[in-house]
Amino acid sequence: MKQLTKKLRVFTGVAFATTLLLSPLVNAGEAENKGLTISKETKERDLGWTDSKTELEMILKNQHGQTSTRKMRLKSIEQQNDGDKSLTVFDSPRDVKGTSFLSFSHLEGNDDQWLYLPALKRVKRISSRNKSGSFMGSEFSFEDLTSFEVEKYTYEYVKEEVVDGENCWVVIQFPTDKHSGYKKRIVWIDQSEYRTRKTEFYDRKDSLLKTLTFSGFNQYADKHWRPLKMEMINHQSGKSTILSYSGYELKTGLDNKDFNKNALKRAR
Amino acid sequence: MQKIQKKWFHHPTMFCLLVGHFFSAQANEFEVRGNIEIQGRFFYEDPLSASQHDNQLSMAAAPEFFWNWNDDRDSLEFVPSARVDQYDDERTHMDIRELSWVHVGDDWETRIGIRRDFWGVTEFQHLVDIVNQSDSVEDVDNEDKLGQPMINLSLVKDYGIFDIYVLPYFRERTFAGPEGRPGIPYVNTDRPIYESSEEENHVDIALRWSHSIDDIDVALSWFEGTSRAPILIPEIINVSDVELRPYYQQVSQLGIELQANLEASLLKLEMIHNQNNIEDYWALQGGIEYSQYGIFDSNADLGWLVEYAWDERGEDGDSTFQNDLFFGNRLALNDVDSTEVLFGLSYDLDHKSTTVLLEASKRVGENVKVSIDGRFFESDELDDPLFLFRRDDHIQLTVQYYY
Repeated sequence: MKQLTKKLRVFTGVAFATTLLLSPLVNAGEAENKGLTISKETKERDLGWTDSKTELEMILKNQHGQTSTRKMRLKSIEQQNDGDKSLTVFDSPRDVKGTSFLSFSHLEGNDDQWLYLPALKRVKRISSRNKSGSFMGSEFSFEDLTSFEVEKYTYEYVKEEVVDGENCWVVIQFPTDKHSGYKKRIVWIDQSEYRTRKTEFYDRKDSLLKTLTFSGFNQYADKHWRPLKMEMINHQSGKSTILSYSGYELKTGLDNKDFNKNALKRAR
Repeated sequence: MQKIQKKWFHHPTMFCLLVGHFFSAQANEFEVRGNIEIQGRFFYEDPLSASQHDNQLSMAAAPEFFWNWNDDRDSLEFVPSARVDQYDDERTHMDIRELSWVHVGDDWETRIGIRRDFWGVTEFQHLVDIVNQSDSVEDVDNEDKLGQPMINLSLVKDYGIFDIYVLPYFRERTFAGPEGRPGIPYVNTDRPIYESSEEENHVDIALRWSHSIDDIDVALSWFEGTSRAPILIPEIINVSDVELRPYYQQVSQLGIELQANLEASLLKLEMIHNQNNIEDYWALQGGIEYSQYGIFDSNADLGWLVEYAWDERGEDGDSTFQNDLFFGNRLALNDVDSTEVLFGLSYDLDHKSTTVLLEASKRVGENVKVSIDGRFFESDELDDPLFLFRRDDHIQLTVQYYY
């Protein structure tokens, strides 16, 4: 009898311990699933934008408040079962005018990128490891500007929070690529339209590096939401970059042949 | 009938369309840009030739005119370029870099007129690049090219891009004159020798296939015509005077380009097989470019370059790079002024000679770019082509205004 009681006690103890151990695990699984579901929905709601054209103005501001402006034009095309293709042409500063950048992003593995240098008439490949490198001296890195793909992250749902008067889900995204410049990103996705309102970037040491805020959302083709303004603040350097879009057009009839090396050479 | 016509003409939509089209065409149609530069070269050793100078100033301009129409399917580009040098009559020269009409079809493109086109992947020497002649008076690095008359058909296929070129006229390489520096004061560009009896009117043909498969870029090319690189043939004028006459051979050249992106590295290889009536040869240039992004927790990127050059003809051949090692660094601060510093060193393993190149540039304000370049030559062997430049170390300051 005494032995039975002991056995029972051990059993209860084990069961209790198991419950204690399992409950956070189950919750973690739920948090992961919920984070993934929200992120998938974000991507799926935006499918079918086909292609886009826009003009961009990038205002760089250093820690002393001095500013410098870069202008460019951007064309993108959606790909079935692959990352997007894009072609960027720089218009200012004048000494880089005509420089163009062709990028093929992929769901998995490295992106392909080429730069056209008009003074040398040369197409130069860029090492795909430049993900964490600065785009044109801005606070945006190359990876901040490539298309969002579900496969590029693992997820963890955190909580709900209000941003700009909108109820948002807060989700942590962990990059699957070991060459990403980030340990994680925290995104605020609004519940009404699944638009990303804010992103925090944490460096490899897991300290807050940058905050990106999106504003001036417009809807195109009755479906696709695009912000007119993106502001990136670097908390560690005190520098910031504002990206403003103008003349945004969707479904303009661009074709894959507008995104090859010949198109890169004649872009201007 | 008349009523309908009148209606058509006065219909507001039609009117807006016509006027709108006219104005938008106006807005897209024409563009001018370009740059003007002032350059000073400062030498700190006595020149080899008494005709050369210690300091040399020059001014250059290259405006670009661009028209496009037919919804960007047709365009015309005109880029004249001119330089006026304080002393060197050969460096005071004009060229038409571009004057060409481009028409874009569905999966093809025609480019007709005077153009520049670059082939290749390596950094320190461009072996495969053969369409354009080097404008060597601009800079000793031969990166500047003269405009080449051509008819170029480019076909875009699933299995790559095919380019076919007909090159109806040959451009001679430019060389610094007796007062130019750095330079070989004995080259007489007024007396070239051609292997072909058609001389500069020989019609050259070129073909190139290029393709990108994931992380790999590959290209194969064939060139049939007048060699862009002349052989300098000494000729005794009188007892005390020797001059070098450029000799342009007929060549058939196969070009192979390979580039692979492995993580943060780019592996690069260029190979040529050149057939000619003196000595057929293979030559190669290959190496690696490794990039570090965001060094020292900053926005700065640092690139490391190592390359090797080999030429089958060895020391007796005409190539400066027959058994040479190259090392380089490229630092881009990624700051507001786009500050960049480039360091390059080439070492000739046969002649034990060294060339060092330093280039630093930054933007000042919105429209001005300032560059400071240094070129240093170290050579002790008489039969080394670099020996002629041994006193030509210099600093070059360039201010460019872009509009």
